[in-house]
Amino acid sequence: MAYSDKVIDHYNNPRNVGSMDKNSPEVGTGLVGAPECGDVMKLQIKVNPQTNVIEDAKFKTFGCGSAIASSSLATEWVKGKTVDEALSIKNMDIVKELSLPPVKIHCSVLAEDAIRSAISDWKKKQASAKPAAAVEA
Amino acid sequence: MSSNGNTAVLEEQASSKGVKLPIYMDNHATTPMDPRVLEEMLPYFMEKFGNAASRNHPFGWVAEEAVDLARERIAKLIGATSKEIIFTSGATESDNLAIKGVAEMYREKGNHIITAVTEHKAVLDTCKRLEKYGYRVTYLPVQKNGLIDLDELKQAITDKTILVTLMAANNEIGVLQPVAEIGKLCRERGVIFHSDATQAVGKVPIDVNKQNLDLISISAHKMYGPKGVGALYVRRKNPRVQVSAIIDGGGHERGMRSGTLNVPGIVGLGKCCAIASEEMEKETAYLMGLRERLREKIMGRLDECYINGSMEHRLPGNLNISFAYVEGESLLMGINDVAVSSGSACTSATLEPSYVLKALGAGDDLAHSSIRFGIGRFNTEAEIDYVADRVVETVQRLRELSPLYEMAKEGIDLTKVKWAAEPAAH
Repeated sequence: MAYSDKVIDHYNNPRNVGSMDKNSPEVGTGLVGAPECGDVMKLQIKVNPQTNVIEDAKFKTFGCGSAIASSSLATEWVKGKTVDEALSIKNMDIVKELSLPPVKIHCSVLAEDAIRSAISDWKKKQASAKPAAAVEA
Repeated sequence: MSSNGNTAVLEEQASSKGVKLPIYMDNHATTPMDPRVLEEMLPYFMEKFGNAASRNHPFGWVAEEAVDLARERIAKLIGATSKEIIFTSGATESDNLAIKGVAEMYREKGNHIITAVTEHKAVLDTCKRLEKYGYRVTYLPVQKNGLIDLDELKQAITDKTILVTLMAANNEIGVLQPVAEIGKLCRERGVIFHSDATQAVGKVPIDVNKQNLDLISISAHKMYGPKGVGALYVRRKNPRVQVSAIIDGGGHERGMRSGTLNVPGIVGLGKCCAIASEEMEKETAYLMGLRERLREKIMGRLDECYINGSMEHRLPGNLNISFAYVEGESLLMGINDVAVSSGSACTSATLEPSYVLKALGAGDDLAHSSIRFGIGRFNTEAEIDYVADRVVETVQRLRELSPLYEMAKEGIDLTKVKWAAEPAAH
C-alpha cells in the first residue's frame, strides 16, 4: 500500500508526542480503540479554564501509520482552538488532509473519537470541580 | 525525530558492507530465481520450444526428454519414482487436485476429510467448498507451539474418513508438523494422506516412503524457481492412490491433469530440485546460522518479544516474532527498505489479523504485532545485521509512541482494561 506524503511525514515526525498528568483538573484524556483491534489512541488536551482554549495537546498511538498520522494531526488541529471549535473537527476533514484510502477511514474515526473523549473527560472534571468550588466559597 | 539521523547512519554502514537496499527477506511469499535455474530454462523458450506431447518429430522429443529429466529430479528429491509426478500450475492447483480429486474418486468409501485450522487457504477453502457438496470436514486445532495433537487426529478418524490433509511446513510460522507420525497413523487406518509441502520441499528432507505420504503438493517459486509451475506427487503403489481430474482435456499427465506442459517451467522446477538434493544440508546449516544471528540480535536488545510457534520443529529460514505494544504495519512502515510480512490486520486483504497466529492462542493483540522473517539462500550476514538494527531501532521508537507500552510500564494489566473500542471499524 502506498502512503501519502503527509502520512509519511507525520509517521516520521509525529507532532506532540507525549503524556500529561491525567489527574490534573485542566487535562482531559481520551483513550479509544482496543489492542485486539490493532488501534489504541490516547489523546490529551490541556484547557485554560478561563477561556476554554486548548493550550496544549499530546498523543500516543498504537496502530498503523495512518492511525499515528491521524492522531498526530488531531493534536495539531485542536491546539489553539476552543473546546467547542475542537468538537467541530470531523473525521472526514482528517481523511481529506491525509488522503487516507477507504480502508483507513476508521483511523480518522478513531481520531475524532479521541478528541471527543478527551473533551468529555475534561468537561466531567469541570462539572465535578464546580460544585466543590461553590461550597468553598 | 532523531531516529531519522540514525537510519541514515545505518544505511551508510550497510552500504559500506556491500548491502544493497531494499533487502528481500520474505522468502515464504516467493523466492528470487536462482540464476542456475534460469540458465537451464532459457533454451526451452526459443530453440527448444516443442510440445512435449508431440510424439512424431524431434521438436516434441527434445521437450519430452527435458520433462522426463525434470520428473526424475523431482522424484529423487522426495524419494519417489518419476511416474508419480504430475505437473500443475503451482501448489494451489496441486492442493485442489489432491483434495477434490480424492473426494470425488473415493466418494463411495466415505465423505469425511480431516485438516487443521492453520492450513493454507488453498487447502481450507477447497475443504469449505467440498462441505457445500455434502462432505464433512474436521478442522483440527493446533497446540500453542503450532503442532497438531496426534491423539486428536487419531480420535478424529472414522470409518468414513477418506483423506487427511496436513501441511508439512507452515507458511507463516514455519512450524513442521510431525509428517512421519501422521503418515504412519493414516497408513494404519487406511486413510489417504495428502500434505501441502510447498514450504518444505527443498528445505527439509521429505521421503514419501519413509513418511508414508500419498500425495504432496510442490511449488517451484518457493524454491528459487519460476512462478506458475508446480507438481503433485501421487503414490502409484503400496497403496495405489488415484485422483479424479479437475481439469478435463487432452488427457495429459496420465489423465490427471490435461493441458500442454509448461516445458520451461518444468525444466526450472527440475533444476530447483536437483540443486536442493545437492545443497540442502549445507544450506540448512547456513540458514539456521543466519536465523540465530537475527534472533539474538533482535531479542538480545528488546524486551517483550515473543516467538510464534515451535523453535524446535521449524523451517531453518523462518522466524516469526511478535513485538508487544507495537502494531505490525507501522513497524513495516518504519523498516521500509526491508521486505518482510506481518500478521497485522492492516496488512491483510481481509483486514483480519493472521488466523494462523490466532489459532496459537496468542491473542489478537500479539497477532497484530507480528513480523515474519523469511530468510533465504541469497541473504547474507551483513543483511541480517542491518535488518536487526532497523527492527530494534523502529520498535524502540514506536514503543515510545505507544500508549500500551506506557501503560504496561506503569504496571497496568492491559487484559483488565475496559477498552472503548470503536465498533463500526471492525
